[in-house]
Order: sequence, then structure tokens, then C-alpha cells
Amino acid sequence: MSEVRLSNLSKAFGDTVAVSDVSMTIPNGAFVTLLGPTGAGKTTILRLISGLEEPDSGDVSFGGRSVMDDTPAQRNVAMVFQQYSLYPHMSVRENLAFPLRSPLLKTPADEIERKVAEVAEVLRISHKLNNKATALSGGEMQRVSIGRALVREPTIYLMDEPLSSLDAKLRSDLRIELKRIQESLGATLLYVTHDQIEAMTMSTHIGVLDQGKLVQFGTPREIYENPVNLYVAGRLGQPRINVLPADIFAGAPAGAAQIGLRPEHIQQGEGKGSTVKRVEHLGDQIRLHLKLEGHDVVTLSDAHADLEPGDTVAIQPRNPLFFDAGGVRIT
Amino acid sequence: MAEIVIRNLRKEFGDFTAVQSSSFKIEDGEFFMLLGPSGCGKTTTLRMIAGLELPTSGEIYIDKEEVGQKPARQRDIAFVFQMFALYPHMNVRRNISYPLVSQGMSKKHVAEKVAEVSRILGIEDILDRPVSGLSGGDRQRVALGRAIVREPKAFMMDEPLGALDAEFREHMAEELRALHDRMGATTVYVTHDQLEAMQMGDKIVVMNHGVIEQFGTPQDIYDKPATMFVADFIGSPSMNFLRFHGEVHAGSSSVRMHHVDLAVPTVREPFEGDLVYGIRPEHIALNDDGGNRGEVVAAEYLGTTQIVTVKTVGGDLQARIPSDQPARPGETVGLAFNGTTATLFDNQSGRALKSDLNEGVLAHV
Repeated sequence: MSEVRLSNLSKAFGDTVAVSDVSMTIPNGAFVTLLGPTGAGKTTILRLISGLEEPDSGDVSFGGRSVMDDTPAQRNVAMVFQQYSLYPHMSVRENLAFPLRSPLLKTPADEIERKVAEVAEVLRISHKLNNKATALSGGEMQRVSIGRALVREPTIYLMDEPLSSLDAKLRSDLRIELKRIQESLGATLLYVTHDQIEAMTMSTHIGVLDQGKLVQFGTPREIYENPVNLYVAGRLGQPRINVLPADIFAGAPAGAAQIGLRPEHIQQGEGKGSTVKRVEHLGDQIRLHLKLEGHDVVTLSDAHADLEPGDTVAIQPRNPLFFDAGGVRIT
Repeated sequence: MAEIVIRNLRKEFGDFTAVQSSSFKIEDGEFFMLLGPSGCGKTTTLRMIAGLELPTSGEIYIDKEEVGQKPARQRDIAFVFQMFALYPHMNVRRNISYPLVSQGMSKKHVAEKVAEVSRILGIEDILDRPVSGLSGGDRQRVALGRAIVREPKAFMMDEPLGALDAEFREHMAEELRALHDRMGATTVYVTHDQLEAMQMGDKIVVMNHGVIEQFGTPQDIYDKPATMFVADFIGSPSMNFLRFHGEVHAGSSSVRMHHVDLAVPTVREPFEGDLVYGIRPEHIALNDDGGNRGEVVAAEYLGTTQIVTVKTVGGDLQARIPSDQPARPGETVGLAFNGTTATLFDNQSGRALKSDLNEGVLAHV
């Protein structure tokens, strides 16, 4: 394990710029998530680090040493993909041992045995070691494919939406498990997702990508509470941040064109009158869909407010975020 | 517009029983969700209502008429699938007008209908574009347009948003619901996503292994789960289960678990044996006075709130607390349960014990 540094990395495919001048340091032992919609350049960055793609310019270094001249195998990274691909004719044990049997590694047999047992323990699949890979549930298969990466001790683990093909329940279980595994191994991990919950709950750092550019890098809390622009503000938070013209409420600072209100930035009881359009009971929270001077606003209901469509609620901002006409954060 | 009543509906495929014996009622104009994990029988149920599958036994009434054994075309229902099949060689207008033209409707009338539907869906500006160049969202709107234009009695939707990415999915879910609110057509919607079901549905049927576990409004199902399966399936993170051996009497308002008394809604039936105390994450507070103590294992930041995992003698618990309240892994905290929201379950059968909280809601007696 060691620090991974990307310096001014760029990559274009024909006219399409996939990655544009990205610089980022992944500290040793960190869980870094790249967050962005389809086409933001997340997967290309993983492929550039692993050596599956060559950058047009820029550098990738592991522990201070440039790896640009190393082959993917020499770089010693472990990748986990969205679609788990296990060897169907092998048992779980053989699947897990396979990477260690690589002629490059020359791992002794008892060492292989020990590592497989250890990883199986961590992933809670010890009791399934003798099963055929095909005789597993989807979640177990994905755990085995993560396990196949974990038996090695690579410089960095690269994971490309490894949970996205699983159903919601399993995804939330594996989220906690993956975080626990990463922490207990002290592994350095770069994780790609477009799922904000995964990004927020697992990461030590999040890098937000927009059309190949890294627009902000920081802890989940920094990204959520202090977004540099409207794009970043819209990436985290459910319900999504409400964006309204800045002058809809009094008190906007000079130069502000838009006001960004997260649900907790909206105080009910005083201020401007809005109309309730729809009330959603989500169990742990009640979402209110409001109409304020022609604009849609989504917020959470106060616990005991018994509101119905057609009712009027007065709302006003509390510690909102302001953005200029170009979407750049002002205060 | 239609009211749909399902009575003792059963479907077998060879030795496998996909749907055991379902009964429920969908009111006219309702947005109705069939929810459950894969293989629970929800899609089979939907396909039987639509007439794409014939029931082994039982009845389906659409507007009081029994249609169980009638073919799909005699039921006047529109089906929207997960994969939108549009005619690739036709433009948007012709795709939408196709169902009407094939019914032999006059050109003038077709033009009026297409104009109306495209206005509802906000796709007036793309009517003359070929469908091949459209974005995913527009393709979906066209597919909906083709279903709406016929003015069927009801819409059947089988995970129509399943193929979309998370962000766009949320947007389309809102759009679909708003569309339903404007048109008021009875809609039956299949999903495995509990949040989608809670968000969009007026009523939810929760299915598991071909059996209906619970039927009701989203809030009732969330607050008053009839079984441990429902309590676990609905909500993220799901309800916490604390297992213990004990007894309760009709009229008890507390249970004794591991030498600590916990408040519960007044119990309405006696029980002795393996019990489960079910409590939702947002009804656990971290404070020093709490009778139960545990060690913080993890804190997951979620913006406004955080999910804190605490290790206790009864097992790991998850609490949802404000993100500005400190909770550091390793520290010992007290836990306070809001007992008025708790549900007791029989661990063996998984069913909820009757109490003041859930009395009116439980289907099983």
C-alpha cells in the first residue's frame, strides 16, 4: 500500500475529452470515491491508473514513483467490476486462490491456503468455500469477486460500481461490509459510483467529476456543506437541493443570482406563503412538495404538521447557499 | 377508469406456486404498488390482471366484471414494460398515433388525441423527430404516450424505471406520479424498490414467496408492520430486531428484556416464548440516560442525518440521529427507545403481536 498521485492527467477519445487535467492525491489507507453521472470520466480514470489506458498527458505515481512505463501487471492493482465474472467451473476456494497462483507471484501452497481462509472469514463466506461458484446468490458471487481482489496485496484496489447490479437490500448490507473490510485491512481504495449514498457513507474523500474535470475534492461533509458550485451541490443530498432565483427572499448578497436551499435550510411557520402540492409519507420522513411563486420546492415536513394538498405553508430560508449567475458559490 | 378486485388468485407453473392465494382491492384512480423481492410473485400477479397470464384459480374483477379467463385484448388495459419497445422506423407522432390508427379512428380525431397527449407529457416539440435519436427520458415519455392515448381503463407497469440510472429514475418517478395525479387513471405498478413504492404509491401490497404479507397505505405499512419480513423489507436501514426470551400479557405496556424494562404499546394478546422487539432507527436516541448501553461501531454520514451502528448485548443496532450530534467509533453510549412506536413479533412465525398501535391494521387475526 502506498499513496497514489495523479498529476495533470488528460485523456481524449477522438473529439470526446474523457478526462481533463485531473490532479488528485489518494492518501495511503484512504477510501476515495469518484462521483459523477454517466460520462463524467470516472471509469476512464480507473483505467488510466490500472494501465489499461494510456493518458494523452500527465502522470500517475505510486508511492512517489511514476508508473507510466509499467505494464498493468507490474503496477499491481486489483480491479473489481460491476459485472462479477467468476470461473463457473471452479469452487469458491479455487476462484479465490486463482490470483495467487499467478506465475508472477509464486505464492507457496500453504500461504495460499492461509490467505483464502482469511479473506473468506472477512467476507463471511467460509461456509461456502467448497460450493461451485454458480451455486451462490448474487450477493455471495459479488463478495467472492471482491474477495478475489482482496487475497492479493495490491498497491491500490480499484472498484467500478461493484454494487450497482445488486438489489437495494443487498447493496446496503455490502456497503457496510465493504467499508468494514477496507478499514480492517487498512487498504487504499478508489471507488467509482454514481450512487450518492455509497459515496457519502463509505468514503474518507469524495472527488466530484463533471465532464472529465475534477470540480471538488474533500470529505463527504465538506462536499455536502460547502459545495464550490451548483453542480456539486446537486450531487449530494436527498431530497435534492432546491434552486430558486436569489431575490425570491429578501437578504440575498450582492452578485447572487440563485439561492440553494437544502430541505434543512427551509424553516416553516414564517416567511412567504407556499402551496402544498403533494405529501409523501416515506416512513422515517414526510416529504412536502410545495409551489412557491411558480417554483417547485421540496422539503421535509415538521414531525407533527398535519398538512394536506392545497394547504398553505409559510417558509423562509435558514443558512442557505448562494450562487452567482454562472453557478459558482458566493457564500 | 376502473376498480379492480382480486379474489383468491392463484397461479401454478408446474410444481411451482408463483402466487398462493391473493385477495385485495384496488380503488378507482389509485396508484397501487406490488412490492417484493425477485421471485415473490408480483410480476405474475400483474400479468394475470392484464390477461397476459391466466390464473390457475381465483377471480379478477375489473369494474365488477369477472375477467379472469378473458384474453388481454378484451380487458382494455395498457401495459408499460421496463424496456420500451418503440417502432424504430416511425417518428414520435406515428408511434403515439399507431394504437388509434389501428383501431380505425378518424384522422382528425387521432390528431386531436395525439396533440392532447403530447401536451400532457411535454413532448410537443419532438413530435416529428425519429425515435432513434431520442434520449432515454424522451423515449420513455413516448412509450407512455402510446399507452395513455388509448385511454384504457387501467395501466399496468412492470418496473418501468428499472433500467434507468438513479438520478434520472427519481426524476421520472416524480413525473409519473404527477402525470397520474393529472389523469387519475387506475395504475398498478410493480417494483422491488421499497423507496419507489413508498414515494409513489397510494397503497402497497408487500409480497414474499407468492404470499401477501401486508396490504395498506405506505405509512401504515412502515409504522405497523404485520410481519418481520415487512419490517425488514421496508425502510432503509431496516427495523432493528432485538431477540429475547420472555412473556407478555394482554394489557402489558412493557416487556422485560435482559433485565431491562422496555416500554411497548399496550399488548392485546398474551404470548410466551421467543420474542423480537422491533424498533425503527429513527426511534432510537443516543443519550447518557438510556438504560441500554453499547459501543459505537460505525457512523455513516448522510448529510442531514447519520446512521450510527451500536454494538449491544442483544446484537448490533442502527440509529438514525442528526449529523451534528457527535458519535465516534469506540465510545460507549446510552440508547433510549421510543417505545410507543415499537412492535413485538413472535420470532418463530415472524408475525406481529397485536397491540394498541397496530390493532386496526393487521390482516391476520
